[in-house]
Amino acid sequence: MKVKLRNPDREVELHGGRPIREVLAELDVDPDTVLVIRSGELVTRHENVGNDDELEIRPVISGGAA
Amino acid sequence: MKCKRCSGSAVVELRRHNAAFCKVCFPEVFTEQVRKAIRRFDMFDPSDRILVAVSGGKDSLALWDVLLTTGYDATGLYLGLGIGGYSDRSHDAAVAFAEARGAELRVVDLAERYGYDIPTAGRKGSRSTCAVCGLTKRYVFNRAAAEGGFDVIATGHNLDDEAATLLGNTLRWKTDYIARQSPALPARDGMVRKVKPLHRLSELETAAYAFLRGIDYVVEECPLVAGNTQLRYKNAMNTIEATSPGTKAQFLFGYLDRGIPLFAGDDDVALVPCGSCGQPTIGRFCAFCRARAQILGEHLGSADRAGTDDREVARSLSDEVLPAEIYGGAET
Repeated sequence: MKVKLRNPDREVELHGGRPIREVLAELDVDPDTVLVIRSGELVTRHENVGNDDELEIRPVISGGAA
Repeated sequence: MKCKRCSGSAVVELRRHNAAFCKVCFPEVFTEQVRKAIRRFDMFDPSDRILVAVSGGKDSLALWDVLLTTGYDATGLYLGLGIGGYSDRSHDAAVAFAEARGAELRVVDLAERYGYDIPTAGRKGSRSTCAVCGLTKRYVFNRAAAEGGFDVIATGHNLDDEAATLLGNTLRWKTDYIARQSPALPARDGMVRKVKPLHRLSELETAAYAFLRGIDYVVEECPLVAGNTQLRYKNAMNTIEATSPGTKAQFLFGYLDRGIPLFAGDDDVALVPCGSCGQPTIGRFCAFCRARAQILGEHLGSADRAGTDDREVARSLSDEVLPAEIYGGAET
C-alpha cells in the first residue's frame, strides 16, 4: 500500500489489510490532526485499507503567523 | 461508521462530539455552526460589506466559501507577502477560487505597496518573522477595509487557533490580550469591526469542509513558520485532546461564556491617529510604521527613537501569539 505524506511531500510503502487507525499509529500520527484520503474520497480511521490502496495523509494543522 | 444524521457512510469523525457525518451532511453541519457563530456574536448581516482575509489556505477559503454560499456580500483580500514560490502558489489558489465562483478578489502586494517583503522583514527587523508578518497583515487588512468602505473584516481563525492563542496568553497572563480575544470586536476609532466566524470549528473540520467542497487550497506550510510559538501551543493542546476529546472547545467556549467578563476593562486604552499614516494607534506612531521604518532603515521622528518607543516596538514585535496593537491576530 502506498501512503503519501505531506509537508514535505514523500511516499512510504506500508502493508494494508488493517484499519486506518493502525496505519496512523504506525506512523505516529494523531487521527484528529489529519485528513485521510483514499481514491479521492475522505475516509475515517475505522475504514479498512487493502494492500492495493493508495492513501494520502494530509495534515490539517496550520501554524502561520497569528 | 454511520452518519449521525442520515445513517449513510461517514467520512468525517468528530470525537469531541462523539459523532460522525457523511459527505453530504457534514458541509451542512459546518454551515450551521458558522451561522450559529454569526448569530451569537451578531457579527454581520446580509446588508454588510464583508472583507475576507484570504491566504489560499483551507481556513480562509472555507470561510469565504461558506459566506458566499449563504448569501453574504463577501469580497476577498489577498496580501502578497513575497515568500517565494509559497506566496505564488497561495496567490494562484486564491485567484482560482475567486474566478470559479465569480467572486471579487482584491490583491495587495506588500513589497509594491509598502516597500518590503516578509523574508526581508525577518532578516532586518528586530524580532521574529511571524511577529512582523502578523503585525503587517493586521495593519494591511484594517487599512484596506477602511479605505474600501467595508463594514467588517472576517478572518479564518478556527477553534484550534483561538484555543492556542488563549493558552499562550493565559500562560503569560497577558490580561489585555485576553480581554480582547473575542470572536467579534466592534468598530472603534478607525478600527474596522473584526470577526472570526469559524471559531467554533476545529482545523479538522475546516480542512474536511474545504476538501468536500472541492476547494483546491494550498496544503503546504509557510516555509518560515518553523519554531512558531503558536504551533507549539497547538501541539500541546492536541496532546491533551488526544486523551480528553473536547478539552479545546471547553477551554475556549468556557472563556467566551464565563471568562470574558472577568477581564473587561483590561484593554481600555485610547486610540489616536498615527503621526505617519493616520491609522489608529496608542502612541505617536503605530507599530506598523515603526516596524516598517526599522526594516527600511528610515526614521519617523524624534519620538520614534525615544526609549519608551523602542520598548513598545520590541514588545509588539516579539509577541508571536497575539502581537500588535488593539486587535487580535489576522490569519491569511
